Amino acid sequence: MGNQTVVFDNPPVILSSYSVVGPKEGQGPLGKTFSKVWNDQLNGEKSWEVAESKMLQEAMQGAIDQAGIPKDQIDVMLAGDLLNQLISTNFAARQIALPLIGIYGACSTMALSMAVGSMLIDGGFAENVLVGVSSHHDTAERQFRAPTEQGTQRPMSAQWTVTGAGSVLLGRTGAGPRITSATIGRVIDFEQKDANNMGSAMAPAVADTLVNHFHDLQRKPAEYDMVVSGDLGAVGLALAGEVLKQSGIDMGTKFTDCGVMIFDASQDVHAGASGCGCSSVVFAGEIMQKIKMGELKRVLLVGSGALHSPTSALQGESIPGIGHAVVIEA
Amino acid sequence: MAKQRLRQPTVSVTPEQYKSLAQQYTPKPTIIKNVVRAFVVGGLICAIGQVITNLFAAVGLARVEASAAATAMMIFLGALLTGLGVYDEIGKFGGAGSIVPVTGFANSIVAPAMEFKREGYILGVGSKLFTIAGPVLVYGIATSIVIGIVYSFLH
Repeated sequence: MGNQTVVFDNPPVILSSYSVVGPKEGQGPLGKTFSKVWNDQLNGEKSWEVAESKMLQEAMQGAIDQAGIPKDQIDVMLAGDLLNQLISTNFAARQIALPLIGIYGACSTMALSMAVGSMLIDGGFAENVLVGVSSHHDTAERQFRAPTEQGTQRPMSAQWTVTGAGSVLLGRTGAGPRITSATIGRVIDFEQKDANNMGSAMAPAVADTLVNHFHDLQRKPAEYDMVVSGDLGAVGLALAGEVLKQSGIDMGTKFTDCGVMIFDASQDVHAGASGCGCSSVVFAGEIMQKIKMGELKRVLLVGSGALHSPTSALQGESIPGIGHAVVIEA
Repeated sequence: MAKQRLRQPTVSVTPEQYKSLAQQYTPKPTIIKNVVRAFVVGGLICAIGQVITNLFAAVGLARVEASAAATAMMIFLGALLTGLGVYDEIGKFGGAGSIVPVTGFANSIVAPAMEFKREGYILGVGSKLFTIAGPVLVYGIATSIVIGIVYSFLH
């Protein structure tokens, strides 16, 4: 419908949701909403990379078990993470052993995978689709920035990569909240270059996706109980709100961000959280809980991704952003 | 440069306008707090170094030897605190105050050494050891060579 939005004729059902997080996330304000909290970042594995992959595997297995659907009835899994060549996903998929479509949308991967999964089901190509997305603070830190024991100061605009994996199982039939439409975003680059201020790089892309979403569906922000971006952080959220306001869309008070929700001010994370684990665990935990309890009837989740690499950053390229939106209705 | 041409509808803010918006919304670095902390932490590290130098001098080392021994001692302390996971906390607090002294240099070598051990001793530790300190060494040595050549011409 419109330029970028699809409305599902048979909206897929979210049959189950499961989240696994690291200790810092567990201590945060949403700590109780997660299915499982690890005691430390390694959880007994020999490296952070192995730990991340195990975390994703645990989350996906958790979602399968919770739905009570036999594994052989799941047609395909859509999964992604932040590491080069999607190693967390591929190594987790080696153990789960279902047909895999690896997805990279940087930190927007959760919303993107849910959108693609819904298309597969609504299009008649799959009955049940497993979605899983992870990120790990230490693996991301060493890939994108500096060694973790390096003594440096992070700027006030910097965000903290979430250690967490979230998973949902989508099905054609069953009980639960439904994914009713999705807006696939465009890559938008407003020439921001600071990798320590990714919220400001992604905000225009999120704003563009929202403008198109509301335009395509002829809706207003007030028709949603919650519009939540993936990981814009405090700086990016304020910027996105301002850009939308100048574009004639008033987001009101229900516009928030998973990266702002997951940590509180005492946790020394500066502008909030980031990473594709951020929106996946906040969605699978807090947001799903509130939808199930009836507190939220219609939610718009806009995953936000910063599409740079350490190489492109060193070569002086700006940071392109992307935003993908899915509508979840109780 | 991006120079995008987007189909309407899109946001009605241009990249140029956005640049100033972004600057306005990005929190300013806390410069005064950082400078004061850097002064205190850097000063403390240097004071400790001076105490160690004086101790070495007191037990009979010549001035040059005492300062060399103290430098080695400070490098050891920097490495030890990095290994114990303390130095990154000091760095977070002290900023430049803990990066500039020789202990910061030790930190920048030991941190990658710990980090890349999992990739093995040759292609992990061996090749990544100087990822942070490398530029300092390259340009430090290059500058000293240039100054050495200039010096030899002047004399």
